[in-house]
Amino acid sequence: MSMPFYVAPEQVMKDRADYARKGIARGRALVAVRYDDGIALVAENPSNTLRKISEIYDRIAFAGVGKYNEFDQLRVAGVRAADLKGFQYSRDDVDARSLANQYAQILGQIFTHEMKPMEVEILVAEVGIDGAPDQLFHILYDGTVMDERQYSVLGGDAEAINGRLADIEVDGLTLTGAVRAAMKALCGPDRTLTSADLESAILSRSNGRRCFRRLTDDEVAGLLESVEG
Amino acid sequence: MPFFTPGTDPGASFPELLRRVGLGPDDAGMAAAGAAGGRLDVPHATTCVALRFADGVVMAGDRRATSGNLISHRTMEKVVQADRHSGVAIAGAAGPAVEMIKLFALQLEHYEKVEGSALSLEGKANQLSMMVRGNMPAAMQGMVVVPLFAGYDLRRRTGRLWSYDVTGGRYEEFDHAATGSGSLHASTVIKVGFSDGMDRDAAVVLACKSLWEAADADSATGGPDVLRGIYPVVATITAEGWQRLADEELATRYQAIAQQSTEGRSR
Repeated sequence: MSMPFYVAPEQVMKDRADYARKGIARGRALVAVRYDDGIALVAENPSNTLRKISEIYDRIAFAGVGKYNEFDQLRVAGVRAADLKGFQYSRDDVDARSLANQYAQILGQIFTHEMKPMEVEILVAEVGIDGAPDQLFHILYDGTVMDERQYSVLGGDAEAINGRLADIEVDGLTLTGAVRAAMKALCGPDRTLTSADLESAILSRSNGRRCFRRLTDDEVAGLLESVEG
Repeated sequence: MPFFTPGTDPGASFPELLRRVGLGPDDAGMAAAGAAGGRLDVPHATTCVALRFADGVVMAGDRRATSGNLISHRTMEKVVQADRHSGVAIAGAAGPAVEMIKLFALQLEHYEKVEGSALSLEGKANQLSMMVRGNMPAAMQGMVVVPLFAGYDLRRRTGRLWSYDVTGGRYEEFDHAATGSGSLHASTVIKVGFSDGMDRDAAVVLACKSLWEAADADSATGGPDVLRGIYPVVATITAEGWQRLADEELATRYQAIAQQSTEGRSR
């Protein structure tokens, strides 16, 4: 009878983390920036149909980077959890914090117990209504949750993009300013992107009950031009 | 957080998801109530109408719910927005009806979010049909729910409407439809006044008039209540989406109707 080789738990965890990180780093990045009327989410995504950003509930949006089928599975689970909770209790009882915790549980569980960790990084964003604060929960492949303030960066090259956003004044931005800042951070100094390379959506306080709205390429192009011109 | 293996995934269906997680409708409880015999005396909601006009459809419903010969509720809203481009109107047992439209609206939103695009108008009408059929056991105990469904079809660029029967039968109507105890009077008024390609104003006035006449002849249908400031729910659904008329507009419309019907009448 053969005995499996002993591998130190530190090594197992490190290998898994490296594996997940590599998978995520291959994908393109996504940025969420708060502005005066809500939260703008901008992702580099050449596809017009496979979405990285989507609606979860009235005030809550989901964004994911990494392996599409894996974060899409998480997205659908989130929609189901939110709709079930809203049906069972009240629409007001659905909140991003509880969703983020559930996601963290699942990702943590999969990271330690499954053959392969999920190669994803996700964001659960909620706009506050009536003076409640906006919330950005950034969740990593191993279930680590980070509560972020003004902006959040996910995916490949996150460190550099984070650095660029830190240099930009992101307090009290308008939508134009937020999209412009996100674009600038995603591009970096030696690259240009057009609105067709981006997928953008907003969670806007002035959009009625369902705050989530996608921005069309033309709208984004208009926002980018208006600042430049 | 609910996770399913590929074979057991409920897809974009919210009612199916409810069943999978054990929150489905309690058929056993309903059957037991039936076995105990007798019909429950629950509040009933009445007259609703829908009619097509040039830019879409108008839906209208009175606000009264009755239990036998008593008025149990004066401000019930039987015409409800289902999603951006459609609405439902209900007549019948108020409890199951309200629950049904809540679930229906949720299902449309759930589908849209899971699939990333909204159902077609016909798809929505079909969904409602299945829900009415699902209510059959309760209908046998007298808790009948008969809805109307109307909306703007973005693909065909026209307003469309459907009426239903207790068994979930779904019938597309081309001009107008009515449901509830006062529907006979209301639909007669619409039938006489209807013309193809009416404008919004004429359609709204016709809908208001139909409920006025229904309230005049049917005790279970409530008319405009000027004392309490309660007016029927009237909404238009066009390419721009659902829009409910403000009470102020309805107040002036009903004032005009009242004036018209008192003129040339001695008593």
